[in-house]
Amino acid sequence: MAVKIVTNGSCVTAYIEGEIDHHNAPALRESIDSAIEKSRPKTLKLDFGGVSFMDSSGVGLVMGRYKNAARYGGEVEVLNLSRSAERIMKLSALENFVRFKKSAEAGRMN
Amino acid sequence: MINTANEIKITLTSRSVNESFSRAAIAAFVSQADPTVEELNDIKTAVSEAVTNCIVHAYPNTHGKIYITASISLAGKVLIRIRDQGLGIEDVKKAREPLYTTLGGDRAGLGFSVMESFSDKLYVRSKLGKGTTVTIEKQIWGKLKAEKAPKAQES
Repeated sequence: MAVKIVTNGSCVTAYIEGEIDHHNAPALRESIDSAIEKSRPKTLKLDFGGVSFMDSSGVGLVMGRYKNAARYGGEVEVLNLSRSAERIMKLSALENFVRFKKSAEAGRMN
Repeated sequence: MINTANEIKITLTSRSVNESFSRAAIAAFVSQADPTVEELNDIKTAVSEAVTNCIVHAYPNTHGKIYITASISLAGKVLIRIRDQGLGIEDVKKAREPLYTTLGGDRAGLGFSVMESFSDKLYVRSKLGKGTTVTIEKQIWGKLKAEKAPKAQES
């Protein structure tokens, strides 16, 4: 589990890798939140292309980051969800708040 | 195809680092039934939610034991029972409602919803002060029979 954060102007992209569960979500949260604090992005992209497993902790991760980014007027995009991750995300009301994008749309190949 | 019924039992301490171990161990066991990648992932996801519930809700301030029994029947039916001796759930019906959570922060309140969505049947028994038992039931159709299996639920 790791996250690589790339800042490009007013856009911050977090490339998340490995497994997201209740155990390792806090470390991901801290890395992404410190990037939000530092860069106050207009757009925060959370790229799940490298995620090999996710449970509902992934939903909490996106929800919490949405709230934090919104405090600075930022929007959240969720990229490259696996079919299973998308199923989990769709059990919540997240889609009303964040945009889900596929890889082609997101301009990144998996 | 499996020819004989099989069963394993695992006991673990409710430490969050064991979440990945528990789902990987159950997945390794269920692999005997020759599941599809998707079936295996469904089981890992449901187990991860159930074990996380034990760690977060059953034993919030202590480290208790989590007892997991997994079995595969001759017909490829997988039963996974995850039991704790923790606080118990006051209102199981309410706890199973989507987005219901007793915790703030980043908990989404989706644990039981995900377990239900990723299994065929989910049984929850709980008694305050005694603990909770969650049983996940899932038929493994496997790679060979995947085409004959009922279509997965569209979300």
